[in-house]
Amino acid sequence: MLDCAIIGGGPAGLTAGLYATRGGLQNVTIFDDGVLGGQITKSSEIENYPGFFDNTKTGLDFMESWQKQCFAFGLKHEYKRVKRIEKKEEHFNVFFENGERVEAMTVIVATGSTPRRAGFNGEDEFYGKGVSTCATCDGFFYKDKPVTVLGGGDTALEEAFYLSNICSDVYVVHRRDEFRAAPPTLNRAIKKENIHLITNSVIEEAYGGMMGLDGVKIKNTQTDEITDMKNTGLFVFVGLNVNNEVLKDEEGKFICETNEQGQVVVDLNMNTSLKGLFVAGDLRINAPKQVVSAAGDGAITALQVISYLQEMQ
Amino acid sequence: MAKYIDLTQDNFDATIAEGVTMVDFWAPWCGPCRMIAPVVEELAEDFDGKAKICKVNTDEQQEISVKYGIRSIPAILFFKDGELVDQVVGAASKDAFADKINAQLA
Repeated sequence: MLDCAIIGGGPAGLTAGLYATRGGLQNVTIFDDGVLGGQITKSSEIENYPGFFDNTKTGLDFMESWQKQCFAFGLKHEYKRVKRIEKKEEHFNVFFENGERVEAMTVIVATGSTPRRAGFNGEDEFYGKGVSTCATCDGFFYKDKPVTVLGGGDTALEEAFYLSNICSDVYVVHRRDEFRAAPPTLNRAIKKENIHLITNSVIEEAYGGMMGLDGVKIKNTQTDEITDMKNTGLFVFVGLNVNNEVLKDEEGKFICETNEQGQVVVDLNMNTSLKGLFVAGDLRINAPKQVVSAAGDGAITALQVISYLQEMQ
Repeated sequence: MAKYIDLTQDNFDATIAEGVTMVDFWAPWCGPCRMIAPVVEELAEDFDGKAKICKVNTDEQQEISVKYGIRSIPAILFFKDGELVDQVVGAASKDAFADKINAQLA
């Protein structure tokens, strides 16, 4: 039986693993189906993690150094996708997609969140064929070509800046007249000549053919005017949905308390309503969705797991 | 130890022509591509002698990428006897890739 099963290998899960193993737990495994490091590995830059201030490094470079440290004290990792969790008396059963099962005394769920779809016509049809949620992955396919970015937050404007160094022009479409992004990020985008901010506007439609996206129709929400852009690349950054599927039982009911958005209700120690089950990172209520806070959550959960196991003995 | 095959314009068509082939379209600057690299290496060992596990560097082999309309990477394409039969865009689990290969082998 595992002392602790950690589900998800982003900043929260990795930090939980580091603290749990360094804190003396012998039998701790992260279950993640391949992409350790989390969403930040898709990011072109990381400027707000104290102690790491190097604008030549990407989110992936940043997370590579985490792996070495977090696995240095005996943490294990298995490439397995978790289907669901169930509490059985004093312990937990963790069921995998492939039909296998493992038992654990405690579970930390750190499955994070994934980019939300915006919901315009053609988004699903052309996803991966011109519509993207990863500028560092796909920006180079649009070298010296114009692209469209949808969104008004930090991620949208950071990635727009990254794209502006590769692409000829970057058109940022945002439904409001003001941007939510942090002032330094917004100012940098405003100053960049080939970034064009289009406010009070939405994507009406993404259209194309067999070979992918050919263009986008942008609608001004004040005037209803439609602008046709023959941009073959569209990058969507409109927020995140939490990955809470593993917390549903066979009937689709949550095994612990969640709010209307499906975020897990926790206290300041990251306890959920189910004893022995902890949640860290983007998945919890009021998550700031930052690497530094996810890592903080991970540390808290691991310390809680250690004291929970001591109390049980 | 079995290793994946690096595909170029010269060997692409001949390699996919027969049997089941998985092709990972990637680039050195793509984070998720580097993250699934170990998975692709493991698949090359697991399917040694059964299916061909290959990689295409989209930076160097732009013609192949254009031919298959690759605009998002990682993109993993599955071929059977030269025909494109399935694909996955974005990083996925080793099991997900293995299932798709097994489905073509069956």
